[in-house]
Amino acid sequence: MPHTQHPVEILRLNTCGSVDDGKSTLIGRLLYDSKNLMEDQLEALERSADITGGGQINLANLTDGLRAEREQGITIDVAYRYFATPRRKFIVADTPGHVQYTRNMVTGASTANLSIVLVDARQGVIEQTRRHIYLAALLGIPHLVIAVNKMDLVEWSEERFLEIRDEIEDFIPKLDVFRDVKFIPLSALNGDNVVTSSAKTPWYQGPALLGHLETVHIASDWNLNALRFPVQWVNRPNNPRDPKLHDFRGLSGQIAGGIVHKDQTVIVLPAGLKTTIKEIWTYDSPLVEAFCPQSATLCLKDDIDVSRGDMIVGLENLPGCGSDLHARICWMHQRPLQPGKKFFLKHATQTVQAVVTVLESRINMATFEPEPEPPALAINDIGVVRLKISKPIVFDGYTTNRLTGSFILIEQGTNATAAAGMLSAPTEAVKPEYTDFAI
Amino acid sequence: MNSYHLDHLQYLETEAIHIMREVAAEFERPALLFSGGKDSICLLRLAEKAFRPSDIPMPLLNIDTGHHFPELNEFRDQRATELGARLIVRKVEDAITKGIAVPRSGEISRNQLQIPTLLAAVEEFQFDCLIGGARRDEEKARAKERFFSFRDSFGQWDPKNQRPEIWNLYNARVNPGEHMRVFPLSNWTEMDVWEYVKREKLQVPTIYFSHQRKCVRRNGQWLPISDLLPLKPKDEIKDLVVRVRTIGDIISTGMVESPADSVDDIIAEIAAARVTERGSRADDKASEAAMEDRKKAGYF
Repeated sequence: MPHTQHPVEILRLNTCGSVDDGKSTLIGRLLYDSKNLMEDQLEALERSADITGGGQINLANLTDGLRAEREQGITIDVAYRYFATPRRKFIVADTPGHVQYTRNMVTGASTANLSIVLVDARQGVIEQTRRHIYLAALLGIPHLVIAVNKMDLVEWSEERFLEIRDEIEDFIPKLDVFRDVKFIPLSALNGDNVVTSSAKTPWYQGPALLGHLETVHIASDWNLNALRFPVQWVNRPNNPRDPKLHDFRGLSGQIAGGIVHKDQTVIVLPAGLKTTIKEIWTYDSPLVEAFCPQSATLCLKDDIDVSRGDMIVGLENLPGCGSDLHARICWMHQRPLQPGKKFFLKHATQTVQAVVTVLESRINMATFEPEPEPPALAINDIGVVRLKISKPIVFDGYTTNRLTGSFILIEQGTNATAAAGMLSAPTEAVKPEYTDFAI
Repeated sequence: MNSYHLDHLQYLETEAIHIMREVAAEFERPALLFSGGKDSICLLRLAEKAFRPSDIPMPLLNIDTGHHFPELNEFRDQRATELGARLIVRKVEDAITKGIAVPRSGEISRNQLQIPTLLAAVEEFQFDCLIGGARRDEEKARAKERFFSFRDSFGQWDPKNQRPEIWNLYNARVNPGEHMRVFPLSNWTEMDVWEYVKREKLQVPTIYFSHQRKCVRRNGQWLPISDLLPLKPKDEIKDLVVRVRTIGDIISTGMVESPADSVDDIIAEIAAARVTERGSRADDKASEAAMEDRKKAGYF
């Protein structure tokens, strides 16, 4: 991968659109025009051109990696692509738009900073466009790009572009989550406004797609407000060679929110024990402070019982803690969800047993209105549920923190990942009963 | 970058460390695949970062095809010793002797034979998880791979029926006889790996750097001359200044003509490269779907 030889930020994005909106072509175009394609990849493309492209190079063949996909001209699963420019590195999740679109899009979008929703300029806003935007909002993706593609087929009509923009702008405020929304008229097939600005859109003052991806402000996408440290692994050396490490007891994990300082007073939840950060240990050197999403090993001043699944938090902005949960879930399993069945629920570093007690509603994906008390949730359905879990977890609302507000449900027996869940904000913050730790 | 930003290598590093620790916490008998190649060298450093000051809580495993570059095996053994890690080596040769791996008639390559050898090792040690250094940017089939990639009791990958992987919540549950392959470097590119080698000042085997070697032209590639590669009468042999960009077996790894003799040179070379890393691997060129087929059968 050419281009970066100096530290840059990574932008994670996903692309979504309906069949034939030209997603794969757009990614192919981004890679091709930013000179991220190599000669052997081009050769392979040219070889496949005779089979699927009728002699013309088909940029979609770059991303369709499995044999069945090339043969059927479809994308089966989320595919990841990487490219770089001197300004940023990009991780692209290409999510198919036809079958299983909800499951795939949730998978590809869950870690994204930015979503590109493709709209075919001829067709305009269709049901799928709204669904994709709705899902991007549901998953809390901060940045949205509406790529109005195939503008060449509507004679680069500004009027058509504005029509589509107005229709989407009408819809977006109802979702009220995106930090920024950008509309870009382009032609992925011909490369207009993808990497370089097109002369065909004198009426469009904004950047080409790549320019926007390189500059959109992502620095505040992580939650730095409230410390959340899910304990992942207790780090206690057996028979260390260094005698200084005989008493070493660290709590390893990835910071899921906020900033932790040496000497900071923290609370270990759910036990509610208060203690102080003695050291922030890392392989390289001890740190004075560490922030989300860094990985670190925290050593506490007091020798208290802490294990995987516990959460270390600061004194302010306390999370919720409980075993009755309220959440929106996206159902991903062929077997429909029926209340009463037992699952494993994985949240941060904790796995507990869970039962869906109430199916409150199912979202109608045409109107986005909740329909109360559905009998079940089928694959690709989104619903609002209540869950009862076997042991309390420490959590935030998903809109506050994507890492401490999310969970997955795992089917017992098959171990299939059955659902992605987004927790509602806790009705009340945890009130630690314990004040100070004393031996 | 200001103090609350991670640059790309720091981001990839924290993601990989998190994955390593999930493996240590969720599996009973994991192992880390270590070949001595550049990707697994990065994996080992990430394991150090994930688990120090404790010992790395899993053995290292290598499947020796018998066709490895000798420099690679030396490096592998030396690095394991330095780390105080337990290194398990299982040889394709032994698997053939025991009838676990059966070569097709006339089959010289050991590439396919690694698969039964690896699966036999999984069974022997009851491994429930193998950490590998595969990257999604290497190859199209790998681009669809999960971080936690489930293998059934036959060791097979089913690309059409993968578990959705959402946020950083990895479903690590397997039933007895099944196992997981975990790829912490999924999001790394070839450039990231070399930049990390540079930042971490990691040692790599000498064959990555420019050296003089007798090579023979086969299928548009320069293959290194060794006892394992019988020469043919009309072979074109040359003494070249070469290095390896990606390391496979000595009979199928194309040498790249290159003067790069430092990590900086290599980074500059990749930045200017016009072919992908695996462009020099004959095993991938067999067909458009070569990697997909091997992965389904249980390949790394």
